[in-house]
Amino acid sequence: MSDTHAQSVQFVRDTMIPEQDAPITEKGAVKWVRENLFSSWLNAILTIVSILVVYWVLAHILPWMLGGIWVAESLTQCREIRDASGIGYDVACWAVISDRWHQLLFGFYPSGLYWRPILTLIVFGAAIAPILFSGVSRKMLLFSIAAPFLAYWLLWGGSIWGPVAAALGFVIGWAIMTYGEGVLGALASIIAALVVPILYWLFVAGALAGVLQDFLPIGIENIRSDQFGGFMLALIIGVSGIVLSLPLGILLALGRQSDLFIINKCSVIFIEVIRGVPLIVWLFTASLLLNYFLPPEVSFDLMLRVIIMVTLFASAYIAEVVRGGLAALPRGQYEGADSLGLDYWQSMRLIILPQALKISIPGIVSTFIGLFKDTTLVVFIGLLDPIGLSNAIRADSDWNGIYWELFIFIGLCFFIFCFSMSRYSQWLERKLTTGHH
Amino acid sequence: MKKSVFLGTIAVAGLAAGFVSAQTLDEVRARGELNCGVTTGLVGFAAPDANGQWDGFDVGVCRAVAAAVLGDPTAVSFVPTTGQTRFTALASGEIDLLARNTTWTFSRDVDLRFEFVGVNYYDGQGFMVPRELGVSSAMELDGATVCIQTGTTTELNLADFFASNNMAYEPVPIETNAEAQQQYLAGACDVYTTDASGLAATRATFEDPSAHVVLPEIISKEPLGPLVRHGDNEWGDIARWTLNALIAAEELGITSDNVAELAQGTSNPEINRMLGSEGDLGAMLGLASDWAVNAISAGGNYGELFEAHIGEDTAIGLARGLNAQWTDGGLLYSPPFR
Repeated sequence: MSDTHAQSVQFVRDTMIPEQDAPITEKGAVKWVRENLFSSWLNAILTIVSILVVYWVLAHILPWMLGGIWVAESLTQCREIRDASGIGYDVACWAVISDRWHQLLFGFYPSGLYWRPILTLIVFGAAIAPILFSGVSRKMLLFSIAAPFLAYWLLWGGSIWGPVAAALGFVIGWAIMTYGEGVLGALASIIAALVVPILYWLFVAGALAGVLQDFLPIGIENIRSDQFGGFMLALIIGVSGIVLSLPLGILLALGRQSDLFIINKCSVIFIEVIRGVPLIVWLFTASLLLNYFLPPEVSFDLMLRVIIMVTLFASAYIAEVVRGGLAALPRGQYEGADSLGLDYWQSMRLIILPQALKISIPGIVSTFIGLFKDTTLVVFIGLLDPIGLSNAIRADSDWNGIYWELFIFIGLCFFIFCFSMSRYSQWLERKLTTGHH
Repeated sequence: MKKSVFLGTIAVAGLAAGFVSAQTLDEVRARGELNCGVTTGLVGFAAPDANGQWDGFDVGVCRAVAAAVLGDPTAVSFVPTTGQTRFTALASGEIDLLARNTTWTFSRDVDLRFEFVGVNYYDGQGFMVPRELGVSSAMELDGATVCIQTGTTTELNLADFFASNNMAYEPVPIETNAEAQQQYLAGACDVYTTDASGLAATRATFEDPSAHVVLPEIISKEPLGPLVRHGDNEWGDIARWTLNALIAAEELGITSDNVAELAQGTSNPEINRMLGSEGDLGAMLGLASDWAVNAISAGGNYGELFEAHIGEDTAIGLARGLNAQWTDGGLLYSPPFR
């Protein structure tokens, strides 16, 4: 063959041509820009207009933000500094943040004791880790159970024996539930596990805490609820609401699916009544109406009332989200659980709920994000959450007239929390993807 | 919604008033501190500082009452209240005294079953306009857009004023004072209306206060004062005469500086009766004989409180005006201590 062509072909390449780079217009950034931004005339025009709009917005906002003044004692001083520096445009007065950031974060909590809320946040992070991430040792769950009591003690202070005595009530209930069944029978042990701890809390716990405190006084400075404020308040209300509303919401969802008439109707009425009324009305109820139904000498902490209302409110929404998850499960899953001979609680715990909750994750997390942001509504009943404090800060004659700086700071803090919750939920969804689609 | 909640709670308030009576003084003593309702923040009247200490003109009244009753001006637990929660907080017994620039009106006094113990600031609704608008009287405001806080008496006063003068206006509803400042400066409305003290405080925060004028017309009476619940007259007397003591102290020349010295006894029998070196006015109130000394030492007499928080040397810069002593042509007039 090669002989035939030896005369007719002048050159035969016997090596590969080295690979060449793609043309400049067909690779890298240029290609991406061409394909995504300037693929047609219309797109090119839209791109240019968008860039101009973005530039216009940034050109107005960035100099204002970046040129901001961080050190000043009042808005007037901020303006003097700005005028003295000869900047021709308006700049932010971030000095209000550097002056009052501790108030926006901690409210009126004594500044010497800031380590306590910070430590509480760390305790909370450690306690929630084994629940959020499966890689963490299961033994940490014991710590998670103890954490709420530890957190309460750290935040409010006082004698350590109060929370210990309160926790003991749960231990008693658990012990009766676990070991009482053989002695009392199934139904009686469940009832006893509910009644005995309540009697214990009502009549024994307080005295026990007092005795223990006399015997071995351990305590830290007591901080009253009216000292709480700012993001600490939003976080405490939000996190308590989230942690408490999930189990309650799941129970309500199961109750709504139940065949037992009374449980079913009670759950339906509870969910519909709570969902049918705006949160702000429930907050007003907590703040105003409850006062009348309680005797005047009983001062039932406003923050506690709000936490209870927020929890009930969120649990109704969680119940509906979880019900959606339960309804999405094929009937075969329920029948499969029955055919294995599992009783109701076993089938729920082992078969139904793990699947239903997985389906419900996006809904649950968006309910939580909504709940966390809704905590700002407490400003209307006079609690000093970040928004309430921004009003209080503006009422100081030093900072009267300041507006955007406070809202930007508050918005940023909320964004950090809500965005991380949202990212976590996306991560969890990916991790739990076991679908066979 | 606000209204229905409000009416509902007021209905219950009537019931509750029966239960809560006649032992406020004992309760405050047993508790060791006064629960005083204040605003969640109003320039000059009540605001927490960077350390969380409440300070202001209304706060001064709370501290004076606490000092008179407990001998300690710091023995106060300040309860921030909003326009919606203030009355129920007082009616339900959550607070003992409400000092929250609340206008004394017939229905609040009679229908809501409260007792106003006096007036600590005579306010009135005014208008502020940009100077470049060239308006010099409120009568020239026909057709103006007006920024107005919703759900307050100012809204009703405004409607009355424009209707009675056959003028039209377009309201721009606003929730808070801070928002109103932004809207007004951004030109969303020609006129901003609220209490004259609020206008002065707002104008003081502007970059260029001289570019805005507060019009001379005052279109409403807003006597602001502290109030207590119906049904405990002894407690009402304590609050009323503590406020009167602050006002009378200014008239008689008693200040926080010289009160200790004057309490030793003077040639003026009224001063002696008030400060306890003569007679037993304190015992009649159920308080110690040095109650007025403590109240005046807490933050000074009425004039001192005024100058420290809202007077002409402060950022708000209010003149005494109607709030001068009757001897100086104002309305402050304390009944005699006898």
